[in-house]
Amino acid sequence: MDSRFSRGKSTILERSLARPKTEVSLSAFALLFSEIVQYCQNRVYSVSELQAKLSELGQQVGCRILDPLVMREKNGKRETKVISALLFIKVVAWKALFGKEADKLEQANDDDKTYYIIEKDPLINAYISVPKENSTLNCASFTAGIVESLLTCSGFPAKVTAHWHKGTTLMIKFDESVIARDKALDGR
Amino acid sequence: MSRQTNRGTESKKMNSELFNLTYGSLVAQLCKDYENDEDVNKQLEKMGYNIGVRLIEDFLARSNVGRCHDFRETADVIAKVAFKMYLGITPTITNWSPAGDEFSLILENNPLNNPLVDFVELPDNHSNLIYSNMLCGVLRGALEMVQMAVDVKFAQDTLKGDSVTEIRMKFIRRIEDNLPAGEE
Repeated sequence: MDSRFSRGKSTILERSLARPKTEVSLSAFALLFSEIVQYCQNRVYSVSELQAKLSELGQQVGCRILDPLVMREKNGKRETKVISALLFIKVVAWKALFGKEADKLEQANDDDKTYYIIEKDPLINAYISVPKENSTLNCASFTAGIVESLLTCSGFPAKVTAHWHKGTTLMIKFDESVIARDKALDGR
Repeated sequence: MSRQTNRGTESKKMNSELFNLTYGSLVAQLCKDYENDEDVNKQLEKMGYNIGVRLIEDFLARSNVGRCHDFRETADVIAKVAFKMYLGITPTITNWSPAGDEFSLILENNPLNNPLVDFVELPDNHSNLIYSNMLCGVLRGALEMVQMAVDVKFAQDTLKGDSVTEIRMKFIRRIEDNLPAGEE
């Protein structure tokens, strides 16, 4: 049985999806995340592999947080248009996960499949008090993974990668079919 | 002094969901990477230990807690100050052993798998997995840095159908200072 599905005897599906009031300290998360990065680092040979690994872990988070977010913030209604799906991530998801909206959402000038979510201060700075001299993309790749699965699980298959540009930029490249569908919806 | 006030006991807070989902994705990854649950438990404990070793410094800097004079005081600080500060919960301290060297922490809401909002259940084939075992490592590592060797383990777990989550802590011995040569 797919591990995503709950066993019948579990009461997990009966529980409320209401917004939790619980908060944990940022240091707790920072320490946990740092261990995760080190663990992944020990099992890979290159920076790109490390980022791929972190992205994979982020994807697990994204696909699990999507449903509760949609239930709480959107009354269970999913987005069908590319722009509203992106805004959902920039505004709703970002606020829930990071306590603030993402700084910017932009579309590439030369490519209708490519969008950017830009964060001036790399997210890694939010969790680690001393900014690293040799900043790596670690944390952002994790976030990229979250965004990728939020989009993919919402029916917008995309590849999301993290880059150093104007702070941290998450580059979202939608699947051809997503843009085609969006145009068809517009034309109706 | 002014630096101390700046840091204060105020630490930044975040949504516990990102925290427990991140932890969950780590556990899931470990389950993929290791062949059996015991190895996953061990790895979680080890990572927790590493965290504890670093966390104690952060904790001592932020809280104005001095040295604890006995294990009871240690228990109080752990439950009422440390858990509150990092995980936003206050476990209950119970079941003291007559000698005062063992107690239990009862967690109603374990933020690693908060029963109210969690996304956690153990699949049948992972019945030996101690999902939140990282907490044991954290406690062991942190206390080791203040010269206390303790044994920490889960006695009950809501994920396994128990009505509460219970962490049992046992004081083993004081670790004598072994100062490196030349430092006094």
